[in-house]
Amino acid sequence: MRRFSSVPFNGTKAQEAELQAWLQQHKDMPGAAMPALQKAQEIYGYLPIEVQRMVAEALGKPLAEIYGISTFYSQFSLCPKGQYKISVCLGTACYVKGSGKIYELLQEKLNIGGGECTPDGKFSLDACRCIGACGLAPVMTINDDVYGRLTGDELDEILAKY
Amino acid sequence: MFRSHVMVCGGTGCTSSGSDRIAEAFEKEIAACGLENEVKVVRTGCFGLCALGPIVVIYPEASFYSMVKAEDVAEIVSEHLLKGRPVTRLLYDETVAADNTVKSLDETAFYKKQKRIALRNCGVINPENIDEYIAFDGYQALGKVLTEMTPEQVIQTILDSGLRGRGGAGFPTGLKWKFAAGNKADQKYVCCNADEGDPGAFMDRSILEGDPHVVIEAMAIAAYAIGASQGYVYVRAEYPIAVHRLQVAISQAREYGLLGKDIFGTGFDFDLDVKLGAGAFVCGEETALMTSIEGKRGEPRPRPPFPAVKGLFGKPTILNNVETYANVPQIILNGADWFASMGTEKSKGTKVFALGGKIKNTGLVEIPMGTTLRTIVEEIGGGIPNGKKFKAAQTGGPSGGCIPASLIDTPIDYDNLIAIGSMMGSGGLIVMDEDTCMVDIAKFFLEFTVDESCGKCTPCRVGTKRLLELLTKITDGKGTMEDLARIEELADFIKSNSLCGLGQTAPNPVLSTLRYFRDEYLEHIQNKRCPAGVCKSLLQYRIDPQKCRGCTLCSRVCPAGAISGSVKNPHVIDTSKCVKCGACMEKCKFGAISKG
Repeated sequence: MRRFSSVPFNGTKAQEAELQAWLQQHKDMPGAAMPALQKAQEIYGYLPIEVQRMVAEALGKPLAEIYGISTFYSQFSLCPKGQYKISVCLGTACYVKGSGKIYELLQEKLNIGGGECTPDGKFSLDACRCIGACGLAPVMTINDDVYGRLTGDELDEILAKY
Repeated sequence: MFRSHVMVCGGTGCTSSGSDRIAEAFEKEIAACGLENEVKVVRTGCFGLCALGPIVVIYPEASFYSMVKAEDVAEIVSEHLLKGRPVTRLLYDETVAADNTVKSLDETAFYKKQKRIALRNCGVINPENIDEYIAFDGYQALGKVLTEMTPEQVIQTILDSGLRGRGGAGFPTGLKWKFAAGNKADQKYVCCNADEGDPGAFMDRSILEGDPHVVIEAMAIAAYAIGASQGYVYVRAEYPIAVHRLQVAISQAREYGLLGKDIFGTGFDFDLDVKLGAGAFVCGEETALMTSIEGKRGEPRPRPPFPAVKGLFGKPTILNNVETYANVPQIILNGADWFASMGTEKSKGTKVFALGGKIKNTGLVEIPMGTTLRTIVEEIGGGIPNGKKFKAAQTGGPSGGCIPASLIDTPIDYDNLIAIGSMMGSGGLIVMDEDTCMVDIAKFFLEFTVDESCGKCTPCRVGTKRLLELLTKITDGKGTMEDLARIEELADFIKSNSLCGLGQTAPNPVLSTLRYFRDEYLEHIQNKRCPAGVCKSLLQYRIDPQKCRGCTLCSRVCPAGAISGSVKNPHVIDTSKCVKCGACMEKCKFGAISKG
């Protein structure tokens, strides 16, 4: 989803201080923009335009260039994610074993589309490309927990754990 | 000294199924039995047989425990480690003979035909301990190169070995090095492509997780050969375990003086940094990858100039794939002839494949080039589960194609795969059975390329999108014969006019399925039927009145109220109301509902 978030930006001073400290230390490193955005996303959880502006100013680059990088890579998100991030693997091995159906079922159960977050901010749902656990296909992850060999029947039970 | 070693697989597959907890349980249980000075628990890289994870191998017997659960650990420790009796019930069943004796792993169908060069240390050593790598001849090749060989000799050895790039295109590695060595510059770079974007391929990740030092050593050798002093490994941020182990390995190598200034006292300097990718398939293309290391949008640029002339930060650069590097130290130590003795005429050595999809033994296999697809699927892979029939194997990911059952005896090498309309790619090999719709698979790959097209050139950005629309028309049951002709014309145009490899190969999945499964396309277009029963819009659910007992279960689960009928009488589906969710078919106890 490449769109601006409607959630107002509420970054803290501490977050900004952490980002600025990193930027000051690394701004002269060749190719600093991508690591800077990775760090910023680690701190804030996503890359709202306010944060992109901080990165642009510190690195002395136009905001357009930073925005261009933020929207190019799928790892970067311009919208906040849920407390629990669900990713369904749509890599080929998982897909031929039915992960497309799992993804659809989750959209139905959570009543959100792919790339969206539930209104209470609890779950967000994304498709991802191959996490490399093809032996367990079809696979999904919720934050750092991996669930494999899914059939669809266990989804309610899994979601209830969170 | 330890009398026994418990090797617990710490690859991503097994970690995902809880191998961390199992390793901890072993440590706890071993301590409880007072064996901590006799038995050592090691977290290794991937053993390859991911389908049976989590895997635990106990040495010196090499007993192969599969699908180990935490509650099995106490029994294994007390029976096997304390009393010396392997728990045959929990061993991989293929390693247990009829008379209950334990066979060697090399005798099992999965391992028998494999030859491990790139994966030689995976599952054998502790990847986070440099001493174990050194004990298995690690850094000996680097020592030999720096003290006994000239850069020209190194390049000649790699050229003579016939090693070709394992990332996809199969360009001769030695030639790449030779070009870069011939260009004079104040600074040159050596890069490693670990941005494994091909969905369903995980060999590079497994090498980085199981044997990270081999990549460091090979990159240092390459740097010496071309005259570089700085290297970068570009690795996917989605591979946290691989990134961690690589970083550990780099700092250990620095500590031992194997990276940094004046390596082995020869005056040769080389250092290595890790750059994290951020999820863009196009960054597997060499010029895009270098642009991304420079911190920009990872868009490719036209070649020439080739990276060997003008690469990273405008300096001569070589870029090789992880698996390519993993072969280099062994070639230096064993000689070019040893390597060239394996494989086919133009494809030497071995290739690692990630075997996935509808196959029993999913996992990682390394086989000599020239092994037939049949050997891989039927012997090593153990065949198709649930008694289904082999329909096709897909290689080369979104750039490759589907190999039909009629070509299952093709020896796999670079040139044969190209000749039959697919390609080696990085080595993903996805097996499909009769339940896979080939039009749907072509559409799946095209959706991927449309998503991942960087947008720089029009044929790829717009062309793939239009191609996807045409395919969607067919899977929706609205396709015409003219659409088929248009698909072929457009595919040809995209192939010949795109800027980089992504666009040039994007139509391959469509073209190869059209070549071998044209009748399936025709069935979708002319008869509005999906023979595999995958394309939803073309599906029709039917109740067989002979089999239906009138239990009413289906009509109760139908969310659309499309099923009617009275108790003990055959039910009927109103196809105009049916939403094709399949709930009725799942619930029917009598197998009376079919789709097609």
